[in-house]
Amino acid sequence: MSDIKIKITDREGIVHEVDAPTDMNMNLMEIVRSYELAPEGTIGICGGMAMCASCQCYVASEHELPPMSDDEDAMLAEAFNVKDNSRLGCQIHMTEDLEGLEVELAPES
Amino acid sequence: MIKTDILIIGAGPTGLFTVFEAGLLQLKCHLIDALPQAGGQCSEIYPKKPIYDIPGFPEVLAGDLVNNLMEQIKPFQPGFTLGERANTIEKLEDGTFIVTTNKGTKHHAPVVAIAGGLGSFEPRKPLIDNIKAFEDKGIEYFIKDPEMYRDKKVLIAGGGDSALDWSIFLADIASEVTLVHRRNEFRGALDSVEKVQNLKNLGKIKLVTPAEVVGVLGAEKLEGVVIQKSGDNAEEIMKEVDHFIPLFGLSPKLGPIGDWGLEIEKNAIKVDTFDYQTNIPGIYAIGDVNTYPGKLKLILCGFHEATLMCQSAYQRIYPEKKYVMKYTTVGGISGFDGSKKEAPKAIVKAID
Repeated sequence: MSDIKIKITDREGIVHEVDAPTDMNMNLMEIVRSYELAPEGTIGICGGMAMCASCQCYVASEHELPPMSDDEDAMLAEAFNVKDNSRLGCQIHMTEDLEGLEVELAPES
Repeated sequence: MIKTDILIIGAGPTGLFTVFEAGLLQLKCHLIDALPQAGGQCSEIYPKKPIYDIPGFPEVLAGDLVNNLMEQIKPFQPGFTLGERANTIEKLEDGTFIVTTNKGTKHHAPVVAIAGGLGSFEPRKPLIDNIKAFEDKGIEYFIKDPEMYRDKKVLIAGGGDSALDWSIFLADIASEVTLVHRRNEFRGALDSVEKVQNLKNLGKIKLVTPAEVVGVLGAEKLEGVVIQKSGDNAEEIMKEVDHFIPLFGLSPKLGPIGDWGLEIEKNAIKVDTFDYQTNIPGIYAIGDVNTYPGKLKLILCGFHEATLMCQSAYQRIYPEKKYVMKYTTVGGISGFDGSKKEAPKAIVKAID
């Protein structure tokens, strides 16, 4: 199976280009954690249930992403620092379509 | 002063199960939790979500798991200090500890077990510059006493259940209730959304959407807020209010425990996997709050850690005694409440 390359800008503004496996049922939040691009305990707090917004990110590339679930939409309506291109990393599953994805992690809140 | 054998900080599943394992060793427990109810994340974040990796339960709702644990530990009569956060710890000369909460409640125990999960749940505060200056001077993140809003002008921000429910409740008490939300849509129980709609039609709740509170004003106390309306009618409005109540949910913070002199790594407390003791003898850390090589943040791992921790706690409290582990199937369970559970005895009798 193939890995894809994605660009993640961490909360300090540093850009990381990382390989993300598409065959391990991983989401963007888990990719960030596996490369330790944000300190443990500051991202993925709810474990990926779209219930905490600690994995909020801004999507900078033009990729077509899966539509938002009601849970994700509701969480982003409550979260801070939300922009038009905000998504929850835990709801973005790694697929081959996302080759070249560029995202920036939202500030910790 | 509350006295106990093991003082448990955090009443999530790991903390609750500790009461059971300690009870088998005839050790008494008391739990402190910042939330008003037991269960930790299971009750606060996802009570209606299923868990599939609790041994022996093919599927169990997080809320039901907590209910079951409460039932399981009942014979061991745990004490609870709920709605208070463990703030400071003091080690006495005899090696015992005094833990004091933010409300001044003191607890004394020879063993402290931190089962704090991700930390204590604190309200999520809007990002407004001088918001801290008005906390408890017109800005409240929790509604403790609804009477303080009688005949006052109240503004609530948020779009979830608590924002809806409190708007409804205060509509009859306050002189004016304004509800500000970033979206036009609200997400909550259907019943609450409809009630707010009715109260809005009656003019008892003013809705300002889509909008956000971006500033707070006042001298000694809060006197007004600045609301940024977005969408087609974007404008900034000043509104006179006596109280501003932001209700944006809770987020966990390690909090004061981080200042107790414990070794912290990756926002978690480092422990020795022999008995889950921290760098301070007598203070243990179990469940999601600890870290060690190979750590997995799973409820079932927390249960295991709690079990081994209790053995070590027993040795610390009774250094001269030797404890021999007994299966509950063999020894049964003797509660502190006098209750006794045991396997039915077989009888030996000839059948004529």
